[in-house]
Amino acid sequence: MQLAVDTLSVARGGIAVLEGLSFRVEAGKALILRGPNGIGKTTLLRSIAGLQPPLNGTIDAPEDSIAYAAHSDGIKHVLTVRENLEFWAEVFGTGDITSALHAFALEPLASRPAGALSAGQKRRLGLARLLVSARPIWVLDEPTVSLDVDAVAMFADAIGSHLSSGGIALIATHIDLGLDADILDVAPFKARAPLARDDAMEGFL
Amino acid sequence: MKALLVRDLRLAIRAGGGFGLGLAFFLIVTVLVPFGVGPQSALLSTIAPGILWLGALLACLLSLDRILALDWEDGTLDLLACAPLPMEAAVSVKALAHWLTTGLPLVIAAPLFALLLNLPSAGYAPLVLSLLLGTPALSVIGTFGAALTVGIKRGGLLLSLLVLPLYVPTLIYGAEAARRGAAGLDTSTPLIMLAGITFGVIALLPFASAAVLRVNIR
Repeated sequence: MQLAVDTLSVARGGIAVLEGLSFRVEAGKALILRGPNGIGKTTLLRSIAGLQPPLNGTIDAPEDSIAYAAHSDGIKHVLTVRENLEFWAEVFGTGDITSALHAFALEPLASRPAGALSAGQKRRLGLARLLVSARPIWVLDEPTVSLDVDAVAMFADAIGSHLSSGGIALIATHIDLGLDADILDVAPFKARAPLARDDAMEGFL
Repeated sequence: MKALLVRDLRLAIRAGGGFGLGLAFFLIVTVLVPFGVGPQSALLSTIAPGILWLGALLACLLSLDRILALDWEDGTLDLLACAPLPMEAAVSVKALAHWLTTGLPLVIAAPLFALLLNLPSAGYAPLVLSLLLGTPALSVIGTFGAALTVGIKRGGLLLSLLVLPLYVPTLIYGAEAARRGAAGLDTSTPLIMLAGITFGVIALLPFASAAVLRVNIR
């Protein structure tokens, strides 16, 4: 299994932001994306996750293999932590949430409404969702936002065991997670000429 | 799919979920109309089927922007788009959850509210039957409208304007069935038309809703 991206161009709001990007991540490896704010890291990750079509180029990954986590975690405030996770476990057909609760030290919070959690605790719940999804490729957009030092270590552990079991992680982050991972700076792939909106909308219908 | 349905029902029933909003609105309409038109019971009987249908339709309209907007705001829609569930199934389940929490309570409460409007006794069965056949169409069409306006801040106004014309056929045949029933006439033609509309939109609109949703989450 691998994630391969070939001469990929992505657009935000119909305007090309990154172009000519190629990389390949093998099973058990992580790739960290770097680049200044607004360069298009989120757009790139959303394209790879299949949420938006790329302008050009190909994204090659096994079908239904990608779990995506972004700034908003899809947490329902009136449901408890356990109910939130159980919902995603059922959607992904995995069922068991105890290991996910354990990995992010959420057991003491399991019966609390998610709305009563702090920002960092919510983030941990959002990341625990990756574990219950049981998907091999993790596409993560700034996963460590609002996490404290301990939680970042927990997260790094979770990534480490995911990789050692043959998973793949693609992470946009600015902090050092202490992972043995390749780093790709996307700044050199900044699109030169903004593309007209019409062209971008061609694949619309 | 079951997980999504259970979660949506649970969210609707818990605090702040908006369950009962439509029902309360329906009650307000049926309580206030007799005050508005005066105490002539003959007049009330005549307009009752139309008022009841209109009240049910507006009550449905009131909660439409909750179907998808909340899931959009907290990122659930993005995550659902990555999930193994097809988008068509997700929007169908959301429409079903909306009907179960809004449409079905209206159908059940309608006979009670019909009392307030002095509906002739022959009209009760056709009223309930027409609402039962017609309200699913309101939820499915409403989900389509919600999908169209999902990325828009305060999209509720646009949603109402988009959905209102699509609701007109359902209202015409639904209210006609209830009116003919109340007058003791044959109701089969409007009921068949109503069922046709409902089954047609259930079969076709989820595909349209899923398509516009995919475009909107880009």
